[in-house]
Amino acid sequence: MDITVNILLTIATAATPLLIAAIGELVVERSGVLNLGVEGMMIMGAVGGFGAGYLTGSPWIGLLAAIIVGALFSLLFAVMTLSLATNQVATGLSLTLLGLGLSGMIGTSFVGQPGVRLPNLSIPGLSSIPVVGRLIFGQDPLFYISIALTAAVMWFLFKTRTGLTLRSIGDSHSSAHALGIKVIRYRYLAVIFGGACAGLAGGHLSLVYTPQWVENMSAGRGWIALALVVFASWRPWRVLAGAYIFGAVWIGQLHAQAFGIPVPSQFLSSLPYLATIVVLVLISRNKRLTMMNTPASLGQPFVPDR
Amino acid sequence: MKKLLIALMTTVAALSLAATAEAADKLKACWVYTGPIGDFGYSYQHDQGRLEVEKALGDKVETAYLENVSEGPDADRAFERLAREKCKIIFGTSFGFMDAEVKVAKKFPKVMFEHATGYKTGDNLGIYNARFYEGRYVLGQIAAKESKKGLAGYIVSFPIPEVVMGINSFMLGAQSVNPDFKVKIVWVNSWFDPGKEADAAKALFDQGADIIVQHTDSTAALQVAEERKLHGFGQSSDMIKFAPNAQLTALTDEWGPYYISRVQAALDGTWKPDNVWLGIKDGAVKLAPFTNMPDDVKAMAEATTKKIADGWNPFTGPVSKQDGSPWLKDGEVADDGTLLGMNFYVKGIDDKLPQ
Repeated sequence: MDITVNILLTIATAATPLLIAAIGELVVERSGVLNLGVEGMMIMGAVGGFGAGYLTGSPWIGLLAAIIVGALFSLLFAVMTLSLATNQVATGLSLTLLGLGLSGMIGTSFVGQPGVRLPNLSIPGLSSIPVVGRLIFGQDPLFYISIALTAAVMWFLFKTRTGLTLRSIGDSHSSAHALGIKVIRYRYLAVIFGGACAGLAGGHLSLVYTPQWVENMSAGRGWIALALVVFASWRPWRVLAGAYIFGAVWIGQLHAQAFGIPVPSQFLSSLPYLATIVVLVLISRNKRLTMMNTPASLGQPFVPDR
Repeated sequence: MKKLLIALMTTVAALSLAATAEAADKLKACWVYTGPIGDFGYSYQHDQGRLEVEKALGDKVETAYLENVSEGPDADRAFERLAREKCKIIFGTSFGFMDAEVKVAKKFPKVMFEHATGYKTGDNLGIYNARFYEGRYVLGQIAAKESKKGLAGYIVSFPIPEVVMGINSFMLGAQSVNPDFKVKIVWVNSWFDPGKEADAAKALFDQGADIIVQHTDSTAALQVAEERKLHGFGQSSDMIKFAPNAQLTALTDEWGPYYISRVQAALDGTWKPDNVWLGIKDGAVKLAPFTNMPDDVKAMAEATTKKIADGWNPFTGPVSKQDGSPWLKDGEVADDGTLLGMNFYVKGIDDKLPQ
């Protein structure tokens, strides 16, 4: 029983950064902007979070810094693609490259320094209940934040008027513009929200998952988050499910190896990407479903004609 | 206007000529790393070696490096770029750079190439390696003494001879203390991914291991050990700061002395492609201070380290292969060729080697 709980806890830790980054990117893409810079914003959040936590000694300040750094970094993308209408794919990719390089430069003095760790939640009495205690009341704070965030985004997108407006911009920015909606302003806010989430996910890496700073420590998780959004066909609860499936596959294969079950680990490492391709093929088969879910103006620059 | 432009251009040309003339006096030594120099592990240690070269040879050399070079077509380009940028001696520090270096070395016969941990050589391509397995034997002995359950978890990157050799040596060391010692092995398919390394450590601890060994580059696994109040070993650099209560010792790489001697040889014009394999004896493999263990274990570890420094090889018979077939006869010492191509486990490892 204990091992099952441990496995579930490990899966939750592995899935949390994916979920946070993907849910942010989902909002961005729902507004019709494709930001491929998730990896870059994530790693910037990781270095910012580690740095602030290390210098102040408080993991909470670190977490806040991670969010701010991620948001500021995404602002760069927003100015380029929204105000200057540059190509979103190219700008996003360069944001990733810039983030990886810049974070390495900023983090030089943090290498080899033990940082601070965000403590797990511990409620006297509740956290020590066997099995459920640790699962429900004993995880790191970001686990709860990630779940709450998913629920909030789901509610925002599908139950509020602002959410509806955001989705309509993603589907047709010219129609939205014709209706007098401030397309660019909405998109700015969406991109910054996505950046804040990616930064928070990075903070999870350097303050919870592996409390340390090392270059490239995001190791491609931003790309998995991007894949997750497509995998989930732009639906928040599917992002949640997807993040946990990806996490479970990864942790499962480590356990399978340790149990001595011969699974080709290379194959399992590539599974998240394979799964995304399969889902893409499946959803593109049904034209109506694709049209309903995919933000129609995704990736297209918008220049309002005055 | 035109005149001014021409004047400008000639000045620039003259200046750049002067710059190259000055650079020609210096020898440019270059390094290619597979990880970031900030990994605080393998690539970090190589870069420390580069810094030692700068310190020791001062004005006579100029150094440059490329980090985060992936082991594939990118590596070809990295080596070629450095060769074109007038590097006179280039060190490739990862096994996976082997074919790229062989290829580029043929293209640039006047450039001196050195490749770490590989086995292919050429007219201008030497190889160098460190006998990490010597240290791993000591880790095995400590693990067998310190593990209460007689079970270690081993996190590994890729099934290459270097890694397999390390697992075998570790197990021979452990078996010399506890013949029934067991190991669980997890491949993470990466030299460097802190998250995956931490997950692998958690999986191994969850399945009953109480000591962790790694052949990956980050401190993540050791931090998990610290959290769970269990033990582990640092890799490449001394990681005691990350796990003050968990690190028993660390297997560290000291490349500085070797790099200095090779760059000096290049300066003197005496450089020849070489094939060296440095160990504890040469100071290239070092064990960080033994901590968090009783005095008798510490004494044993120190004695074994000394024995190896005095020339004893951990791969000394009798040793059987995993299937029970004999490999080394009593007193027989494995030759370097077999070790460098090692693709089998020794007896007592309950796992299947991925091929």
